[in-house]
Amino acid sequence: MDIKLFTGHKNRPHVVALAGNPNVGKSTIFNALTGLRQHTGNWPGKTVNNARGTFSYKNKSFLLVDLPGTYSLLARSVEEEIARDFICFGQPDLTIVVLAASSLERNLNLALQVLEITPRVVICVNLLDEAKKNNIYVDLEGLSKRLGVPAIGTVARTGQGLDELLEAVAARIEDPGTNQPRQVVYSQEVEEIVAFLIPQVQRLVGTAINPRWLALRLLDSDRAFIEKIVQHFNPQLCIGTSSEISFDQHLEAVI
Amino acid sequence: MNEVEPLKTLSQIYTEVNRISHSTRINLSDQIVADIYANAAQIANEVVVRNPFSASCDWDARVDSILTSRLLGYPVMILLLGLVFWITLQGANIPSEMLATVLFGLEGKMSAWLLQVGAPDWLNGVLVLGMYKTLAWVVAVMLPPMAIFFPLFTLLEDLGYLPRVAFNLDNLFKKARSCGKQALTMCMGFGCNAAGVTSCRIIDSPRERLIAVLTNNFVPCNGRFPTLLAMATIFVAGGLASSAQMIVATAVITGLVLIGIGVTFLTSWCLSRTILQGEVSALILELPPYRRPQIGAVIYRSIIDRTIFVLMRAVVVAAPAGALIWILGNVQIGQLSIIGHLAHWLNPFGQLIGLDGFILLAFILGFPANEIVLPILIMSYLAVGQMTEFQSLEELRRLLVTNGWTWLTAVNMMLFSLLHWPCATTLLTVFKETKSFKWTFMAFLLPTTIAITVCFSVAQLVRSLGLV
Repeated sequence: MDIKLFTGHKNRPHVVALAGNPNVGKSTIFNALTGLRQHTGNWPGKTVNNARGTFSYKNKSFLLVDLPGTYSLLARSVEEEIARDFICFGQPDLTIVVLAASSLERNLNLALQVLEITPRVVICVNLLDEAKKNNIYVDLEGLSKRLGVPAIGTVARTGQGLDELLEAVAARIEDPGTNQPRQVVYSQEVEEIVAFLIPQVQRLVGTAINPRWLALRLLDSDRAFIEKIVQHFNPQLCIGTSSEISFDQHLEAVI
Repeated sequence: MNEVEPLKTLSQIYTEVNRISHSTRINLSDQIVADIYANAAQIANEVVVRNPFSASCDWDARVDSILTSRLLGYPVMILLLGLVFWITLQGANIPSEMLATVLFGLEGKMSAWLLQVGAPDWLNGVLVLGMYKTLAWVVAVMLPPMAIFFPLFTLLEDLGYLPRVAFNLDNLFKKARSCGKQALTMCMGFGCNAAGVTSCRIIDSPRERLIAVLTNNFVPCNGRFPTLLAMATIFVAGGLASSAQMIVATAVITGLVLIGIGVTFLTSWCLSRTILQGEVSALILELPPYRRPQIGAVIYRSIIDRTIFVLMRAVVVAAPAGALIWILGNVQIGQLSIIGHLAHWLNPFGQLIGLDGFILLAFILGFPANEIVLPILIMSYLAVGQMTEFQSLEELRRLLVTNGWTWLTAVNMMLFSLLHWPCATTLLTVFKETKSFKWTFMAFLLPTTIAITVCFSVAQLVRSLGLV
């Protein structure tokens, strides 16, 4: 992935990642926006790689990255690791989190986890038609208010709502806003430990990454990943540690 | 930030975290997950409105209760498979013959034109009788069935049937100690085994992924389908009236595919008890709702992405192969052409496994792409014999019978095609995916051994019972 190639360049395209549970229509949205014919199929897990495509909107060019479908970002599987690493290291200008309207509760787990990493998010509630068939309605305004980021409803297969989605994406990149989006409220015990860890974590990585999120990952005991992060955002700290591959190599391996 | 000793800081934090996790009563990472779920549930409760008064539409559940039921799941699956093959066979027959008539009709004109401008005989041979004729065969035999089979298959995929297949087969795969997702990679293999091998990436466990990679070859890809279809139509069902012929041919193809799936299970079972031992990982598979297929996308994807792609690959391989076959068939060493010598040399082994030297040679020369096995076989029979004109399947049948074919030859040809080594592209993909010569070689050796063993047993059994 040549994201580094673009950084520093004035007219570099905005990098937009497309995240979501398996089989919520990410690839359909990807195809609709980029005009590419990425293989879509009605079975979960068919996007194994990060497919990439470009599109332009209002004279701005965008690079869209279709992440593999995942239920969470806890890196319990290869797909989850790929998606997490891209959102964390790829530093996309924006992440569209696609949710299926018909199973919003399960899908929200992922959205909340993405919001812990970055506030640069637009929520896309897809498959509104399917939900309607099952008599399920989603209060988009309420959702947007509760999450603190824009929420757009779409039916990607017919193209309904995609213009609004693009509009929201462009606007959000232009002005990410200052409000902190909704953060998961953990049980008291976890919150206390996190509060204790945050200042220590901040010494390691500064403000490059949400320290709260990193503190939580410490509790997940995902050591290899912590080292990766520290090395990426503060390379001089890690001289001599176990992981010797450079970030570029790593990213290449990831993408 | 630079005043602190960095490494010490990181390890200090780890020590701190370890101390904390040991001192808490709860498992912190479990608690984190539970808390995220609770937050999501709370938000969903506030923003999702269900309309409880109108009758809920549970038509998905009703369809699923049939398609994934213990009793009806398998029969429905087999029936659907049979239906797809039947439509393919029925629909492909007439366009195939039309294409053959047109394409072979051009052959004479091309030859006449070449000779008129004074081209030498050998040039006419290489270009028209070799290259063009093989190309014409590949197109006439492959295009119609693919143009029907692929859209049908893509339609099932779009509807959401594939995860149901995986659901139905999960139990069997679990017994074989392999991953239920293997059903999906198997289905991809119907399109192209190389694509099937790539799709094995969806399997997380390296052990189960390897099993899926090594056995993917046992579902016939579309490169082999035309061979199987031709064999089933002209030979097994050859003597019957045309409507009965189609049904018998469909049954034969469906049976073959079931044999292929059976071999997949058996091989997976054996592998996971010998060289690839290990525990089965749990599979969480979401059954997606049925969706109305996007007709435009289905047609585009199945015609452009699959049909044209596969046909182009076949054409690229078939053209030079055709020229090569013509040369091999026409360069005489002693009394025989080179093809004759090679086939003669392979013949004893071929006969042992119920085939003949020419068939084995065609499979070997067809290594770059399975699509060209049948055309090569026909070309080599033609190069040796005197017969040069034929345009219908009936004439093909006569050609094969003249060359000593019986129904046993046709059956073994189908079995060998189903079970034999993967094509070069697939092996290359296996290497790319496993990055190991050992496993790539295994992906070659395993099917080859099975194909030879099965064909040998069938041939010996049938002969000893005096059935041929």
